[in-house]
Amino acid sequence: MARLQISDLAWSPNGDQALLDGIELVVGDGQLVGLLGPNGSGKTSLLRCAYRFQRPDQGRVELDGEALWSSSPRWCAQRVAVVLQEFPQDFGLTVAEVAAMGRTPHKGLFDGDDQADVTLVEQALARVGLSAHKRQAFAHLSGGEKQRVLLARALVQQPTLLILDEPTNHLDPRYQLELLRLIKTLGLATLASFHDLNLAAAFCDRLYVLDHGRVVASGTPTEVLTEALLAEVYGVQALVDRHPLAGHPRITWINP
Amino acid sequence: MIRSPRAYRLLLLVLALALALSCAASLGFGAAPVPLPRVLEILGQRLFDLQPAQALSSAQDSIVWLIRAPRVVLGALVGAGLALVGTALQAVTRNPLADPHLLGVSSGAALGAVIVVLYLGEFIGLLSLPLAAFVGALVSMLLVLAIASRGGRLESDRLLLAGVAVSFVMMAASNLLLFLGDHHAASSVIFWMLGGLGLARWELLWLPALCLMLALLLLLGLARALNALMAGEHSAVSLGLEPRRVRLLVFVCASLLTGVLVSLSGAIGFVGLILPHVARFLVGAEHRRLLPVSALLGALFLVWVDVAARTLLAPQDLPIGIATAAIGGVFFVLLLRRR
Repeated sequence: MARLQISDLAWSPNGDQALLDGIELVVGDGQLVGLLGPNGSGKTSLLRCAYRFQRPDQGRVELDGEALWSSSPRWCAQRVAVVLQEFPQDFGLTVAEVAAMGRTPHKGLFDGDDQADVTLVEQALARVGLSAHKRQAFAHLSGGEKQRVLLARALVQQPTLLILDEPTNHLDPRYQLELLRLIKTLGLATLASFHDLNLAAAFCDRLYVLDHGRVVASGTPTEVLTEALLAEVYGVQALVDRHPLAGHPRITWINP
Repeated sequence: MIRSPRAYRLLLLVLALALALSCAASLGFGAAPVPLPRVLEILGQRLFDLQPAQALSSAQDSIVWLIRAPRVVLGALVGAGLALVGTALQAVTRNPLADPHLLGVSSGAALGAVIVVLYLGEFIGLLSLPLAAFVGALVSMLLVLAIASRGGRLESDRLLLAGVAVSFVMMAASNLLLFLGDHHAASSVIFWMLGGLGLARWELLWLPALCLMLALLLLLGLARALNALMAGEHSAVSLGLEPRRVRLLVFVCASLLTGVLVSLSGAIGFVGLILPHVARFLVGAEHRRLLPVSALLGALFLVWVDVAARTLLAPQDLPIGIATAAIGGVFFVLLLRRR
């Protein structure tokens, strides 16, 4: 079943030239779908249309079969959690408090946190390996730890769809692999943008490649990641072979 | 920093007790000192109908109960309100320097006051100045909103900048009127603008008290939203909030409360800017915990600063705005050095 279905979507920042055009994209249940493309190809804009931040000019975004833009922001936030490159400023929130924000869409005006909420926060922090840091100030964490706290916040939100904008950006190789492995084990429908093609090839079930706001390729990593496509979209020569152990495509950039 | 729920409840209790005691103790200070036992006797008689051992002099009774008590209560309300507004505004604008007076409300109130004092006179008696100040505050709030909103959005930067811009225009207008007007009347407006609790009367206090309670309730209800907004625009949206609506609600609530407070007490600086930071020092930035502490600290602070204002130059009243800025500034420097 399709968790997220985007059809014929178009969006332009101020009504003239479209930054996204004719986008068709499906994220199935339990699938990890990668969104690739060079800088400025529209990855972030497309994600924003999917988490209800910017309204598309045309086309439909459906979540569990319901039109996202006719539903309330709260309804959407109860189902879609987002991990972005946006960190809270140093106002002194602790790790546990940042993670607990994930309860916001599930709570009424004067609802306090009950034991179930506390347990959820603790489980989520344990999953990202930060239980020991829960009373620390969020601002004092490293970039990678912050990223993992934000993933914990997304888990606390108990979503059916996870949206990640460059989730591995601030992480060292070990945490890159750990984070993506963790996301795989969650079994949630996930849409994530990537710059690191090898990571995308290793973990994604399906890939979509954006170029100038259009989907230029989609399919399994093996179908999508070809030398011809990389040359066309990124303008760079690459060697694509098989990963010797895992068998997924391996990209080696060729420096001319 | 206080983290555990139990320590937090204890802190609230201590602050509330300290506030009640401070209010009572501060009644003794002023141009005519009244010893504390006498103050307690007067309070006992007025509040609980307890008969004192010896008859109270009616002069002391009226100084304590009719002049100082409403003033102390107004001080607590204004301090709590300004600190509350400052806390909420710093969150929704994501700017640690946001301050109740930055929204243009106070300069609007000042312009209203100037117009009344210089040109209209006390057309409805004692209430004319507060009323005109409140109208001025409302006008500048609407102006700021009209300037800041664009295409259905209400961004925090535009809100702050519009507030500053409106502030300057309003200030220019009232300074021009002061410059052109009668200088004797002008000095009375200037004193009002420096801040003071001298206008306090029992029959006026229900209004700021009611507004403060409503604002506190609303902001506590929005506490989760304030946390999320502090984290950023995208986070707030992804957590199911509509930043524009939250911001609009907080801004209107902050402006109305500030308008009411400023119209009764003049523009008292520092409280709304720094007390939220002191409160964050103590309990962190989670707003469900922060807002009550911030309000209590603000009240406590202003009650004692008003004592200083009453006694430092006695029998003259030092404008409280001067005292808050001086005492608060020095206190904050010490706090920063010790950190």
